[in-house]
Amino acid sequence: MNSIQKNRFKDRLFMYWGMFATLIGLVLLVVFIGDILIDGLGRIDWSFITNLPSRKPDKSGIYTALIGSIWILILTAFIVIPVGVAAGLYLEEYSKKNWLSGVLEINISNLAGVPSIIYGLLGLEVFVRIMNLGASVLAGSLTLSLLILPIIIVATREAIKAVPKSIQDASYALGASKWHTIWYQILPAAGGGILTGVILALSRAVGETAPLIVVGALAYVPFAPENPMDEFSVLPIQIFNWISRPQHGFIENAAAAIIILLLITFIMNGIAVYFRNKWQKKWK
Amino acid sequence: MRKIKEYLIEKLLFSSVLITVGVTLGIIAVLGFEAFRFFNEVSIVEFFTDTQWTPLFTDKHYGILPLLSGTLLTSFIAIAVALPLGLSIGIYLSEYAPKKFRKTIKPLLELLAAVPTVVYGFFALIVVTPFLQGFIPNLSSFNSLSAGIVMGIMIIPFISSLSEDALHAVPYALREASYGMGATKLQTAFKVVVPAASSGIIVSIILAISRAIGETMIVAIAAGQQPRFTLDPTVPVETITAYIVQVSLGDVQHGSVEYRTIFAAGITLFVFTFLLNTYSYSIRKKYQQRYE
Repeated sequence: MNSIQKNRFKDRLFMYWGMFATLIGLVLLVVFIGDILIDGLGRIDWSFITNLPSRKPDKSGIYTALIGSIWILILTAFIVIPVGVAAGLYLEEYSKKNWLSGVLEINISNLAGVPSIIYGLLGLEVFVRIMNLGASVLAGSLTLSLLILPIIIVATREAIKAVPKSIQDASYALGASKWHTIWYQILPAAGGGILTGVILALSRAVGETAPLIVVGALAYVPFAPENPMDEFSVLPIQIFNWISRPQHGFIENAAAAIIILLLITFIMNGIAVYFRNKWQKKWK
Repeated sequence: MRKIKEYLIEKLLFSSVLITVGVTLGIIAVLGFEAFRFFNEVSIVEFFTDTQWTPLFTDKHYGILPLLSGTLLTSFIAIAVALPLGLSIGIYLSEYAPKKFRKTIKPLLELLAAVPTVVYGFFALIVVTPFLQGFIPNLSSFNSLSAGIVMGIMIIPFISSLSEDALHAVPYALREASYGMGATKLQTAFKVVVPAASSGIIVSIILAISRAIGETMIVAIAAGQQPRFTLDPTVPVETITAYIVQVSLGDVQHGSVEYRTIFAAGITLFVFTFLLNTYSYSIRKKYQQRYE
């Protein structure tokens, strides 16, 4: 084998290795989901969704955790969307390029990398103790809002950047003010992109466990929350609790609850990808 | 009238931005304040040199080293899994794969990062550990090996996606020059494209490390809750994050030293990730200037 053949052989070899590496991740994902389906699918029925938690695995259900997750999802969305979109708008449309905008940018990029459990510690001191909200749905939602705020700001900025400048110019030419231009032209045009980012960020919030444990969310709540000041549990915490129990029946429950959680996450991701594709086509 | 409205709106939007600054200051203040009170009662020398961490026992030791070693050990295993795989995937997708294949596979790979971490914890404890016990009989049922491996799988897309973006941004002319000299794709990839994209690749690796250090649920579920100053991947260990979870689940009195330990542990974690993130941000800024 001369050196040319040798190099071509190595080239080939790397290509197959690259293919293998790319597929192994996906294969593992499939194996893993398959395994969970085998463990948990038989456990899912209507009573699993509507039952309260119980000490007996086969009587236990995810009702309180599921309602808790829905509460957290909706409340977090209400808190974080206006703040995140407003901040993104300011940074993209108003902020001048100076030292302040530089600091703000570094700060947001840094916040996006802070471990989620640190947000839990912040929420525990500020929302639970100082603001005296207790381990409530509201305290949990505020904590998760801060956690996903940087994601929403970045997504908003990207979406606004993608709107053609000509739309803005046309609006100004017709005599619209800056805010009119933003409200009637830029925001609707960037809407699809912002929506994609918001849904992805919320799907992350639904799967978060650690910060809510730190804030004080419970593994066992006898009733589903009825208002923002109630104590709560969420699906990931319920799953965590079941994983830590020794009886085999609870492992089955955990797998079944994971199926529900994954279903929610994947549906949200699917919707986000759908909006992104639809929105990207609009500007091509 | 219109001017006032415009002015008020601008200020309102600006106040939303200020919230992000408030969050950073809040984190520093909360961690700093509670950690300061912690260090009033526990000496800083003991914190960094004692090799035992037993704040919840009667014989109390406050040495962060066991938690740090647990954190670094699981992170190291995760990176050892994610780096070769992630980088190979990035290079393969950018240099070899057909465009269509790349476009379908990238969002699928990113799904790996969208799966909630508690689900990975289940996977590590229920599937990976029993599987590995088939090869390593003395592997205990909580260990850093399977937690680290599963964490590595989770962070593959961080490395693969970001490094693929960086590789893809390298101007095509560089590749053509290399092909013109008779180089193979492999030679071009490793001798031309990867060096040209190195800053972007380094950023992706740093972000992955920072993510691994801060990861909580996988290690809390699968690595155990026994702080141990060791580099043995087969025994139970405890990470900084897992310790915070352990205390949060228990009944610890607010204002006690035990309560403050989670903030002292938290600030250690925060400093690590803060340094990594700031470093990666500065590299990213330089790199943007090079290509724009």
